[in-house]
Amino acid sequence: MDSTTSDPPAAPPLAETPLRGTASDGLKIVVVGGFGVGKTTMVGSVSEIRPLSTEELMTRAGEGIDEAGAVPEKTTTTVAFDFGRITLNDRQVLYLFGAPGQQRFWFLWDQLFSGSLGAVVLVDTRRIEDSWYAIDRLEHHRMPFVVAVNRFAERGPSLAKVRAALDLDGHVPLIECDARLRESSKTVLIELVHHLTRLHDLPAGEDAR
Amino acid sequence: MSARRHEQEDPDRYFTITGGRRDASLDLVALVVAEIGPLPGMSSEQVRILRLCRDTPVAVVELSAHLALPVSVVRILLRDMLADGRITVRHPVSAPEPEQLPDLETLKQVLVGLHNL
Ligand SMILES: Nc1nc2c(ncn2[C@@H]2O[C@H](COP(=O)(O)OP(=O)(O)O)[C@@H](O)[C@H]2O)c(=O)[nH]1
Ligand SMILES: [Mg+2]
Repeated sequence: MDSTTSDPPAAPPLAETPLRGTASDGLKIVVVGGFGVGKTTMVGSVSEIRPLSTEELMTRAGEGIDEAGAVPEKTTTTVAFDFGRITLNDRQVLYLFGAPGQQRFWFLWDQLFSGSLGAVVLVDTRRIEDSWYAIDRLEHHRMPFVVAVNRFAERGPSLAKVRAALDLDGHVPLIECDARLRESSKTVLIELVHHLTRLHDLPAGEDAR
Repeated sequence: MSARRHEQEDPDRYFTITGGRRDASLDLVALVVAEIGPLPGMSSEQVRILRLCRDTPVAVVELSAHLALPVSVVRILLRDMLADGRITVRHPVSAPEPEQLPDLETLKQVLVGLHNL
């Protein structure tokens, strides 16, 4: 094989990083945020495959299309999202999705969030308002999440200021990260799992999501 | 993102492949396994799917990426192949129900997997 000398293809052949033959249980975590906030970078820094990109159909109105109905020919367009994966064990594989946070992509979220363990909201402090809609929708859908501030500049508002600007509930973890670093992205995901675990301990009726 | 970029594309392309149907019952991370090899007369998309998941399972969303087809289009193809016994699907079993938390055993497994990275 001359694969070591040729240019890497846009998407690596599946044969390079196949799932285990025993894989049977796919899990999901969604990373959501505005354009350029570092979603693809974060997915790529922890993924065992180079992030893959794909697309889904959406109507121009931003709605899904009903299951039985025909695809409306004039109103259909597509929206791209990317993903990576982490093999957890022989049976389970965790998929990480990078999803655009803007309102018009909400229909895609429904599909991504259905069955997701939880979400990471990535925030760029220069454009905090980009995150408002995502946080609002997550709260509305009672999808647990943590917020990670991707620091693009040395200086920026303190986490306390970010928390206030996001009007974030005191229970929701807010941490700094550098999405380019595997250890940092890993820490964000681990924080999400800890958060989910803590939510189990809350007395029934009390809900910090 | 790229919603704008694709606006010029002809949706009829998708309409042709799917016959205009949609199906959301296959999760993005459902894992697909080929049960038979490609046969004469199959569409090129079916042949590619069977080749991709011949040896190991492949998630619906990965098939979509490798075929460069929207997820809902791939779902329609898979539904037909499932009905014909050409593939089987391993559905997610640890995904939480709507508004429920993932169970603690699942969270433990995720934590172990992340620490092993
Ligand atoms: N300084 C800095 N740059 C970052 C960080 N994360 C991502 N970037 C850069 O920001 C740009 C946009 O990141 P990308 O992951 O494509 O954003 P996306 O649109 O949310 O997927 C890329 O050039 C990244 O290299 C970070 O933590 N710090
Ligand atoms: Mg991206």
